[in-house]
Amino acid sequence: MKNERKRTFLLITIPILALFICFNTIPLIRGVIYSFTNFKGFGKYNWVGFRNYIDLFSDARVGRSYWFTFKLAVVTTVVVNVISLLLALALNSKIRAKSFFRGAYFLPNILGSLVVGYIFNYFFTYILPAVADMIGIDSLRTSILSNPDAAWIGIMIVCAWQAIAMNTIIYISGLQTVPEDVYEAGGLDGATGWKQFKYLTFPLIIPFFSINMVLCVKNFLMVFDQIMALTKGGPAQSTESISYLIYNNGMSGGQFGFQSANAVVFFIVIVVVSVAQMKFSGKKEEQL
Amino acid sequence: MTNIKSNKSALVVLILGLSTIVFPLYLTIVIAFKQPSEMTNSIDGILSLPKVWSLDNFREAMEITNFWHSLGNSLLITLLTVGLSILLHSLMGYALGRNKAHSKFYSFVYLFIVSGMFVPFAILMMPLAKQTAEMGLANWFGVVLLYMVFYMPMNVLLYSGYLVNIPMALEEAAKVDGASTWRTYWKIIFPIMRPMHATVAVLTALAVWNDVMTPLVIMAGSDQNTLPLAQLNFQSQFGTNYNLAFASYLLSLIPILIFYIICQKQILNGVVNGAVK
Repeated sequence: MKNERKRTFLLITIPILALFICFNTIPLIRGVIYSFTNFKGFGKYNWVGFRNYIDLFSDARVGRSYWFTFKLAVVTTVVVNVISLLLALALNSKIRAKSFFRGAYFLPNILGSLVVGYIFNYFFTYILPAVADMIGIDSLRTSILSNPDAAWIGIMIVCAWQAIAMNTIIYISGLQTVPEDVYEAGGLDGATGWKQFKYLTFPLIIPFFSINMVLCVKNFLMVFDQIMALTKGGPAQSTESISYLIYNNGMSGGQFGFQSANAVVFFIVIVVVSVAQMKFSGKKEEQL
Repeated sequence: MTNIKSNKSALVVLILGLSTIVFPLYLTIVIAFKQPSEMTNSIDGILSLPKVWSLDNFREAMEITNFWHSLGNSLLITLLTVGLSILLHSLMGYALGRNKAHSKFYSFVYLFIVSGMFVPFAILMMPLAKQTAEMGLANWFGVVLLYMVFYMPMNVLLYSGYLVNIPMALEEAAKVDGASTWRTYWKIIFPIMRPMHATVAVLTALAVWNDVMTPLVIMAGSDQNTLPLAQLNFQSQFGTNYNLAFASYLLSLIPILIFYIICQKQILNGVVNGAVK
């Protein structure tokens, strides 16, 4: 009887684990192996040891893509969380048509980010300059997407537009866990408005804050669709995210081996950032 | 008194905020219906309502992007992935969830799979493009297999987390009645996990439906398209005819919008459950 149970579990686990190893572990290992070669994606290749890794750290284009990606991830995370939190507070207050508003504010999240990117591309290229022309703001008369110093802001806005929907919903579910009598008790002690938020509401929804932080940073570090739809890495390679660079130069630019090394470093970066975030938020929750 | 006031200001903020969501959609709709001759460079040329509400743009966009074909592929890939995820990931979640506490092997497998969450697609992309081509899987079926692997960490985590709340006593009672583990699972455990099936279905469906990168990398060589991929190809070929392009964007958004309007509650619940657990 006991053996039957054991056998069944093994028969379930082994094939599914095999599938996972075949399409996750093996390609991961192959990626690491390629990173030590000068493979172009086709033809013969040689071992080059740590050459790719050494080149990686002196490659200006790779450096720029890391700077761009982290800048985008940090700024977008802050913007998204501030706006989401405000929206969640508004959506959780006693208002009319609450469920309509909640439904409407979540809408951007279900739309495909590529198509959303194309729509915003048009907005930045034609609408915004036309509006700027009308009210006379010189700096916005040309598309921000063609300005190497400002294109990242356009990408930030599109990423935020979709991510805010998601984070707001998570904050709302956090706010709903705060019992009404906490506010009543706080109100007696004179905690209202900002004070109420800072000392009562926010500490109670810190777990949800952590979830949003982890979600945001991870998603934005891997940003790809928005780049594809808005700038294709331009102008002057100023908006190449790490994923985009690996895709672009690795798949069709003949840098299969070199970009594999980039991908390995990127993988390590993602793991370090995620683990650090979890450690940090774990500590914060413990203190409460 | 202060309460009523703050709620009113909340309402004003929400209505203003809503315009940032409505405006891009409005833009998409009016441009999709207009003719190129109606598009002037001035702002009201772009934003005014079309003179005639004609479906010509949609008809043409459908033809150029082979819309029904892409829609069929997207539906096939999404439905198959969701169905297989519910069947296989729940089984895996069950096997691992029930054994990881007392078996080193299962707790290792559990950690091994769940840590797959940290593996970015960027590192798998190039080897997978090669591997799927070698295996003859550079097609929609290969994409489904990959999704089964990519979403396994998240779904196994969700299922085995949910399993903690299901008492062992239920299974033991079935065992006393002589049912096999396999039968017990499908008769008792699988139906009980229904709320989690809904969450998994929503999360997997949204992610798969909108994904660009996997089909782009895997199916690029085949003449098959998914809806997002069709937009990408369309953009590189006919990007300058904005009316046609926007008709095509709108077409690709309509299926998911309908799905959202019908299942809004389930989707919101699913997304929150998935994120919070």
